[in-house]
Amino acid sequence: MTTADTSSKQSLFYRLFFDKELRSVTIQVITMAIMIAFTFFLVHNVTTNLETIGKGYSFDFLWDASNYDINQHLIPYDSRSPHWRAALVGLINTLLVAVAGIILSTIVGFLLGVLRLSSNWLVNRTVYVYIEYVRNVPVLLHILLVHGIIVNTLPVPKNAMMAFDGTLFLTNRGFYTPKPLFEPAMWAVLIAFVIGIGFTIWFKRYAKKVQDATGKIYPVLLISLGAIIGLPIIVFFLAGMPVTLDYPVLSGFNFKGGLVLRPEFVALWIALSLYTAAFIAEIVRAGIQAISHGQTEAAFALGLKPGRTMQLIIIPQALRVIIPPLSSQYLNITKNSSLAIAIGYMDIVATIGGISLNQTGREMECMTIVLGIYLMFSLMISAFMNWYNKRMRLVER
Amino acid sequence: MKLFKTLAVSAAVALASTSGVANAGTLEDVKARGELNCVVTTGVPGFAAPDDSGRWAGFDVDFCRATAAAVLGSPDKVKFVPTTGKTRFTVLNSGEGDLLYRNTTITMSRDADLKLTFLGVNYYDGQGFMVPKALGVTSAKQLDGASVCIQTGTTTELNLADYFRANNMKYEPVTIETNEEGQTNYLAGRCDVYTTDASGLAATRSTFEHPNAHIILPEIISKEPLGPAVRQGDDQWADVTRWVLNALISAEEVGLTQANVKQHAAKAGSNPDINRIVGTEGDFGAMIGLDKQWAVRAISAVGNYGEIFERNIGVNTSLGLARGLNAQWTNGGILYSPPIR
Repeated sequence: MTTADTSSKQSLFYRLFFDKELRSVTIQVITMAIMIAFTFFLVHNVTTNLETIGKGYSFDFLWDASNYDINQHLIPYDSRSPHWRAALVGLINTLLVAVAGIILSTIVGFLLGVLRLSSNWLVNRTVYVYIEYVRNVPVLLHILLVHGIIVNTLPVPKNAMMAFDGTLFLTNRGFYTPKPLFEPAMWAVLIAFVIGIGFTIWFKRYAKKVQDATGKIYPVLLISLGAIIGLPIIVFFLAGMPVTLDYPVLSGFNFKGGLVLRPEFVALWIALSLYTAAFIAEIVRAGIQAISHGQTEAAFALGLKPGRTMQLIIIPQALRVIIPPLSSQYLNITKNSSLAIAIGYMDIVATIGGISLNQTGREMECMTIVLGIYLMFSLMISAFMNWYNKRMRLVER
Repeated sequence: MKLFKTLAVSAAVALASTSGVANAGTLEDVKARGELNCVVTTGVPGFAAPDDSGRWAGFDVDFCRATAAAVLGSPDKVKFVPTTGKTRFTVLNSGEGDLLYRNTTITMSRDADLKLTFLGVNYYDGQGFMVPKALGVTSAKQLDGASVCIQTGTTTELNLADYFRANNMKYEPVTIETNEEGQTNYLAGRCDVYTTDASGLAATRSTFEHPNAHIILPEIISKEPLGPAVRQGDDQWADVTRWVLNALISAEEVGLTQANVKQHAAKAGSNPDINRIVGTEGDFGAMIGLDKQWAVRAISAVGNYGEIFERNIGVNTSLGLARGLNAQWTNGGILYSPPIR
């Protein structure tokens, strides 16, 4: 190391400027020290200020009664329940809209992405205009727009729009459908469903073994669907349809009974999904275009049909390009769901980070909880997508 | 434990205000700054909202201006800090605001647990219900099963839950962040009922296209004494702001108005109550760190309590609120200022 030899003779001051290695180490150490000092200052400032005004940092309030009601709760909840339960209700509502949004946006996004590549001029231009419009308008406006449309155009419960012979009521307070009430014999159907899944897993392995040995290809998808969906349906009818339907009935101000999809949920779900779908469409298009046309030609030359070419050659390769940016779209949809409060959907921000915060005045504690939960959601999604990405990446032999 | 606290707080550090909390000497701070930071709402017509020219006006705003006039000599030396129901106490406690006049209900937990000092009541309110006339409802007891729009960030959710529970009725709460979105939902028929403090309902109704198509139900389901607050721990500043409020209320009681206050201040009269307020007898201003003319400036800036009320929210305004409980105790109300002596 000639540089080290010569520089060791120089003064330290000289080396700080002209020794590249020492210089960069010094700068990094100083930056690190400043960062640590700054963080310490912030934390110290907050703790001392909280102590000065005599407000401790404690989560004890979580066990007090919340004193407020939430319209959409998937677990039992009322105003006597503690704050932590309100937080849990909010968390489940956030999860619900995030998961539903991820599913819908993926389906719509893939569809749009493929249509965008269509050779039909009208189709691909229409999709192009749609994508550009949706991507370039803030998501909050989409949410308010969809919510406004639902609330302002649909009728009030008294004049509800009826569809499918009284099984679906459309109102601006929600979409009502009959609620299935399960009788004990429903267990048989559930068991049939589990058996169906088990059979599918076994059959997939068996089919692969047969294909490896003989080249014979079974219609795995059809048979799997038959096992997972068909078998439970057969059992359902054999057990004498062990379900009674609880129909929604208009009584007083609102419908009672049945299942309801509230306009707040629907608006948030649709708006988030359509917004994110536009981004996913572009990701999918990029992924497919990234695969050289030579791959398709090679597959055709080997005698594969177009469907199998897509399934076995193009999509597995395109997915490798698609998955990393897709993960960040999934993270975005989860984080954007925090805009829910604008239209009154009771998510985690609206419950523990909103009403609980306001009633108890524990802003530090409540925000810590909300922060922690979003961080946890995001890390979980990232972890899953990383695992999936690893599974999908090019296997080098 | 200390270390744990430090670590736990560091998670929320991004949200923290970096400004130090001034725990004493707010009066000196305000004087040195030459400006009073007054925490108000983001906009409730009649109470605090920017007018057509962008100048803040309203009932709460006038009390801020009176305080600025007493302390700094001019009703215009105020910076209004608009806050939501959620952020108001944080803004005050972090030192961003000096004084809070924001339709804020005085409660024990806010006073004790949130480390605030309430200065008195400037409006006696209560939570009410507004419904469209067409609904045919005349009492809140008929609201079983209704959908209720609530603006979040207040004690409103709690009162509502308690009221429906106590009367063994069910309801669907639709909790919304802003008054505007709450109105939209209510007018579109997403809810049957809109609930907030009765004064807020009147303010909201005044902005409707057809105010007469809506009625406010007779039931008032809670006590909502609205009052100003300062940070706990600065008694001198609390005294200054409290006595400005009391002076405005007392002024109405003894008949001091925006028009005649200068005249009374020029020469000591025969009424000792008036003399003490306008500073021609005793030196009450010095007790709170101000000069003798403090109350004169406040009253000549915005008028007495009654004048402030009538100008912003009284029967001749679009809100059309009657004095009711907010009349002087001598006139059948419960407005009662401790004497200045």
